[in-house]
Amino acid sequence: MAATVADLRSRALAYAERRLPALTRLRRAEKLPITLDRRRIYVLPTGFGVLFAVLLFVMLIGALNYSNNPALLLTCLLGAACGASLFIGFRAMNGLGFARADADTAHVGGALVVRFHFAPTSRTRPSLRLRSGTTEVAFALDAGSDNLVALSLVPESRGWFRPGRLRLSTDYPLGIFRIWSWLNPDVEFLVYPAIESPAPSLPSSGGRDAIAHRSGGGEDPSGLRDYRITDPPRLIAWKPSARHDALLVRDIERRGDDAVVLDYAALRALDTEARIRRLAAWVLAADASQRDYALMLPHETIGPGAGAAHRHACLRALALMPA
Amino acid sequence: MTARIDRHAFELVAAVVAIAIVAHAGHLPMWLLPTAPAIVALRVFMRRRGAPIVPMWIRIVAAALLVAMIVVEYGTLFGREPGSVLGCGLLALKLLETEKVRDARVAVGFGAFVLMSALLFVQTLVFTLAVSIALVLFLAALVALQPAPAQTKRRLRSELRVGATLLALGLPLAAASFVLVPRLASPLWGTHDRGTEAHTGLDDSMEPGGLTELLVDDSPAFRAYFSDTPPPPQQRYFRSIVLTDYDGATWTRSERRDLRRPADATSIGTPLDYTIMLLPTERRWLPALDLPLSAPVGARLSADREMTSYDPVTQPREYRARSASRYTLAPTLGAGERARALALPDGFDPRTRALAERWRGDGADDAKIIDDALALFHAQFTYTLNPPLLGRDSVDDFLFATKKGFCEHYASAFVVLMRAAGIPARVVTGFQGGWWNTDGGYLLVRNSDAHAWAEAWLDGRGWVRVDPTAAVSPARIEIGASAANDSASWSQAAWLRDMRNRFDLVNGWWTEAVIRFDALRQKGMLTPFGVNDANPGDLLLVLSGVLAAVLLVATLWAMRERIVPSGDALDRAWSRLVRRLARDGVALKPGEGPLDWSARARAMLPDRAGALGALVDDYVALRYGEVTPRAERVRAFTQSVRNFCTRRTIRSGATLLSSRSS
Repeated sequence: MAATVADLRSRALAYAERRLPALTRLRRAEKLPITLDRRRIYVLPTGFGVLFAVLLFVMLIGALNYSNNPALLLTCLLGAACGASLFIGFRAMNGLGFARADADTAHVGGALVVRFHFAPTSRTRPSLRLRSGTTEVAFALDAGSDNLVALSLVPESRGWFRPGRLRLSTDYPLGIFRIWSWLNPDVEFLVYPAIESPAPSLPSSGGRDAIAHRSGGGEDPSGLRDYRITDPPRLIAWKPSARHDALLVRDIERRGDDAVVLDYAALRALDTEARIRRLAAWVLAADASQRDYALMLPHETIGPGAGAAHRHACLRALALMPA
Repeated sequence: MTARIDRHAFELVAAVVAIAIVAHAGHLPMWLLPTAPAIVALRVFMRRRGAPIVPMWIRIVAAALLVAMIVVEYGTLFGREPGSVLGCGLLALKLLETEKVRDARVAVGFGAFVLMSALLFVQTLVFTLAVSIALVLFLAALVALQPAPAQTKRRLRSELRVGATLLALGLPLAAASFVLVPRLASPLWGTHDRGTEAHTGLDDSMEPGGLTELLVDDSPAFRAYFSDTPPPPQQRYFRSIVLTDYDGATWTRSERRDLRRPADATSIGTPLDYTIMLLPTERRWLPALDLPLSAPVGARLSADREMTSYDPVTQPREYRARSASRYTLAPTLGAGERARALALPDGFDPRTRALAERWRGDGADDAKIIDDALALFHAQFTYTLNPPLLGRDSVDDFLFATKKGFCEHYASAFVVLMRAAGIPARVVTGFQGGWWNTDGGYLLVRNSDAHAWAEAWLDGRGWVRVDPTAAVSPARIEIGASAANDSASWSQAAWLRDMRNRFDLVNGWWTEAVIRFDALRQKGMLTPFGVNDANPGDLLLVLSGVLAAVLLVATLWAMRERIVPSGDALDRAWSRLVRRLARDGVALKPGEGPLDWSARARAMLPDRAGALGALVDDYVALRYGEVTPRAERVRAFTQSVRNFCTRRTIRSGATLLSSRSS
């Protein structure tokens, strides 16, 4: 039964989306900031609202039948108060400014906490709900100050994550009317790859014969040295080379034996995603053990290096690897 | 929607459920009246202790038990009383399973329904006001069920404020709907359960002591508006029922007398015209000032000149009547009438009969015998609302043993004495006295003013009113029931009674303006607008118009939006700059950064490019270079922006002038 209703509902939504994109605002992503106005705020009674309307109607008929004027008066009063609640609820949404969104970093399999920032409002707006998929958070906006609402989402794949269609709704103050609006902000957040767990231990450092020998002269503090014919082309640092009119390569062995090389190509036994998961796990392990490490991917080599910025660069490169 | 509601919200819901039940306290049976609030209290207590909801089977058993008890008590589940009892019981049981927002909302909604149904039993102004105040709490309970309330220290107060605001906002529409919702000319379903209730009121049978309940009922019975001066207190006798037949214990009347021609009556002096506003009695008797000369529409005069309505009075009823304060009633008495008014059952009250025969044997005439009887009462009897119980020969017991009683005892004993002495006599019940409301200019008569007196038929004078109670307790007649009924004195201070009497003016207004607003009055309502006989369609049309106007006003109000100064001082200065350049045609596009915009602006406004570039660089440095820009730098930036904007205005004005001159 519930499945049938859900199915019908999704079909109806799909139909509405097809036929009335302007009405449902399900499709296009919009640039921030978004300000809610009457053209995009929708209202329908809730289930409780329908029940309450039936009760009010019974009260009305009863009062009329028994010619009971006090009961009729109070029934009218209650009904009118419920009607007024619609406008109070509308005011909780109208003029709401959705300013920007940012997020912490997250790995696939973890929670991506997205913070939605709302522009300051002229009045307190209690009991709003923000929903993405099946995740919902209830919040209140205070008057006059910046407000942010954190929503914890679960991304399913690495790379750029778009929160997609969000529903901002309220049934304030009585729960009789649901007032909602669709938000499809044009924002995206980077999601790091999943981490293999448990991952094998880090590969031993200096494991590659091709770059095993120590360099002679020509070192400079930037970790570059002159190109030798045996160096693999991918180690060439093109930009410094252009400035120096000579080919320079990154000396990944410069800091000695403790720099770890995390080589994509070395993990031949695994498929792409599994390699990425393992490399991600190794990046975190190397970062945690505060060792220098370099990440060698088919199209780029990052590092060697250490620190938060280096870790981010490595994980970003992994996240954006073509599938 | 599925979250467990917090303690504050739950207890507010429990409170409104309790209020809805207590509103029915007046007619709940004794087995439910304490139980239902106890269930509510128990549930609140258990929940505070962390107990889960009551298991389903207990709730089902409790509901089945409730239904069974109602069927045992009333014989049915339908009708006002059993229905309201069922509602109260189910409401209390609903709280046992309430844990989620959805259940709590249903409990509050159903509670509002139960609360409103209490108005089917009591319609007074005070009760209606109390219910409307309770509605604030109901709305507040719904507000409390909302997630993420606004941060405030006084949560309950802010919820109550929302509830009260909603009701206040609803008031205009409520008033308009109340006036304009078409009333039903006849009920949709029967009102058969009316009249079966044990309302206190005068009845067509009387046994001494039976009126006690009525005499302590302080609620108003009717209000009388006189077109001229009201009659003096001693003449404020309102006649309801004439009781002629006596079986030794109970006085009754014969229904056959309803359809006979009223006895002849002639008024001496000018008759009094007045209007009576009678509150519902569920009975057919219409009290009329002694003695009614004609019957209003929808009522008739019986053979004994009682005013009876065709239908029981279930709604407040207003009628005009004309009465003679001095009169001759039935100057001739037919043989049958005479025999009925002299009949006494055999085998009762031998000592009373002996006394009356002794008086008659002494050769006294009718008037002397009446005086003797009144003198007897005056000398030896006391007035009390708590008389001792009487035996089989009730009049003997009363006259020779207990000698204590109130109007019924005196009227009954007096009539028996008269009949034993051969004087035709009968008992009349009705109301006597009342409280003159100077502010409202009407006579307020309460149920406690109910009274019984006697009529004796004297040759040449017809039926003469004799009030034996006056002989015992003149205060009862001169001042009123409250003075004579000493039982009332401890329950109410005099000033409180006085207040209540004065407040009755408001009650009268309430009855007139609200309770009696019916289909008839509604029809005439649109007369000022040229519609003489408004039918339901006209009313609904006007109602739609009012509704549309209210919705329009509400919509305009809801869409009114105050511009909020957003961001800090730096943002405000920046947006001033942006607005200024937008007027020159370089509007900031959505998503465009300051640098791109600045490049565009400099290209379009080359004369100000340098100053603008510096400003934008300043802004970028302040906004993106630091987490919190230093205040003095922001002030300097603000000043530069101001200079830039004003300079541009002057400059463009100067350009305009020069171009015009050239």
